[in-house]
Amino acid sequence: MHVSKEKKVEMLRTMLLSRRFEESLTELCKIQGKIPGMMILGTGQEAVGAGVCAALGPDDVIITNHRSHHHLLSRGAEPRGLMAEIYGKRTGCNKGKSGTLHLAVPEVNALCTTTVVGAGLPIAVGVAFAQQYRKESTATVCLFGDGAADEGSFHEALNLASLWRLPVLFICENNHYAGAQRYEEHTRVKDIAGRAVAYAMAGEVVDGNDALAVYAAVANARGLAVAGGGPTLIECKTYRWRGHGESDRQQYQPKDEIAAWRQKCPIPKLRDDMLAQGLVTPPQIQQMEAKIHEIVQDAVRFAEDSPYPRPEEALEDVFVH
Amino acid sequence: MQQLGMGQAVNQALREEMMRDPGVFVAGEGVGVSIMDNPMLPTAGLLRDFGAARVKDTPVSEAAIAGLAVGAAAAGLRPVVEIMFNPFFTLASDMIVNHAAKLRYLSGGKSSFPLVVRIKSGAGFGAGSQHSHNLEAWLAHCPGLKVVMPSTPADAKGLLKSAIRDENPVVFIEDMTLYFAPGPVPDGEYLTPIGKADVKRQGETVTVVTWSKMLGVALKAADRLSQEGVELEVVDLRTLAPLDKETVLSSVRKTGRLVVLHEATRTGGFAGEVSAVVMEEAFSCLKAPLRRVTGPDIPVPASPPLERFYIPDEEKLIAAIKEIL
Repeated sequence: MHVSKEKKVEMLRTMLLSRRFEESLTELCKIQGKIPGMMILGTGQEAVGAGVCAALGPDDVIITNHRSHHHLLSRGAEPRGLMAEIYGKRTGCNKGKSGTLHLAVPEVNALCTTTVVGAGLPIAVGVAFAQQYRKESTATVCLFGDGAADEGSFHEALNLASLWRLPVLFICENNHYAGAQRYEEHTRVKDIAGRAVAYAMAGEVVDGNDALAVYAAVANARGLAVAGGGPTLIECKTYRWRGHGESDRQQYQPKDEIAAWRQKCPIPKLRDDMLAQGLVTPPQIQQMEAKIHEIVQDAVRFAEDSPYPRPEEALEDVFVH
Repeated sequence: MQQLGMGQAVNQALREEMMRDPGVFVAGEGVGVSIMDNPMLPTAGLLRDFGAARVKDTPVSEAAIAGLAVGAAAAGLRPVVEIMFNPFFTLASDMIVNHAAKLRYLSGGKSSFPLVVRIKSGAGFGAGSQHSHNLEAWLAHCPGLKVVMPSTPADAKGLLKSAIRDENPVVFIEDMTLYFAPGPVPDGEYLTPIGKADVKRQGETVTVVTWSKMLGVALKAADRLSQEGVELEVVDLRTLAPLDKETVLSSVRKTGRLVVLHEATRTGGFAGEVSAVVMEEAFSCLKAPLRRVTGPDIPVPASPPLERFYIPDEEKLIAAIKEIL
């Protein structure tokens, strides 16, 4: 598939932004009292968010999961709003109600982030149903991890989406760990994409560290979906560099395994390809990195300078009145 | 005035709202083609009259049915989905409790989820505990949900129409025995407000707070006790969440005596909540300890004498009332 220079630049930029954003979080969450709650990062998995979102139109919808930062940044969510939300500040994109785990950015059609493993899939089916009902030429993408494929909701959602030929893309970001469980310890199925056969839908395995491969698979599946051809299950094979959360010491992840996957980092993979083709120059990349550094610093400053919500604001936003 | 069973009243509400708003659709197990071919049932004839695009028979997949509602509502439609029996709600509960109820809050008020989950409920069919377990107290315990449990066909119609137009998720629980008990339903368009209890009978001696099928038990007991000079005031909550405290409290302030009656089991039942509100806010008006009349803390049994023992009746209610006179 031909991918335009603009798309490649977009993917490289969003991967660099996600990486810088999460590297900042790795440092910030070590400082006692700065960031509340858990810190769950997708460092090393950025090609999935970048490749998926680059293949979508502005009216498509994404539903994501607890490891969502790279999805949301790739989708175009404002770093300031995300960072302030992660800090628990009033200026956060959800006024401090969601924290890092449930970030919802409806402005960019990232309608919901659910931390209940596998729960995004039935919701994505509902959004895709609405798209089909209104005869839109749009699709819904649901991003979930390999652990989610063990949930009942995964199977109910795939079955219904296939039955009704809904325009939904189920994207499994297989990072090889579900909590502390290695992939081989939670299922005997070699490829999660193979489960597509059980629901009479298309299934595809792609290199989840190759943004271009992810982009191509998603662009094709999206085309099929909006043409009425039904859903696709795409499995992006990648790897979780960090622990389940930042407090996880990863004693169950072999060090040489982590090191080997770091060698397959998705950023140089795309960057070096673009350099080799003359699509970007080293100074342009430095400029891009400097800009991103400034964006993330600005987001952190914004979050730090923002006020916390007043305690009684906890009572707001339960119902539409 | 027309005489309709509650199922027919629900059916009329669905039809009117589907005609009014093209974003309203109905989905669930057997909502189109049903194993129960009975015109008294709520979704009878909808498939014929509205077509398969808007009346969606689903696979036996309660999580997917509820997820369908959450996602479609987030995307701007107005889903009305059906859970076939109240105990099957447990299979859909993650979508309702963790998602429908919470996602607006988690979005900081940016998103809304205007959906209705209709649940068929109630004992009395000999179907046993996995089909006949009333779980309204679980639902009322979840912030972000409105919980409606009508007792008359007229209320069911007006409340369901309000539920469909509500911007929030509403769980609408229908006792199936009421499908087959016709009652008057006003002609023409009307809405019944959610969150407003209704005094179904006025009286001076004892307040009975109840809802759903148990209203009939309360009214029968009221007729009998009236012959003995005991006048019950029967408050039909209609909505459990949000609870209309004022109507309950003003009745208790008048009578000074309270019995709460529900079919669901006792421990953790919603009678506890009603009682606590009265103790906190009208304790000084009480002339006697309050009483709860509920199902016992057992799964609903199947055999007719066992099931009859489970469901509260006038005898049990009258006995409880006489204890506090």
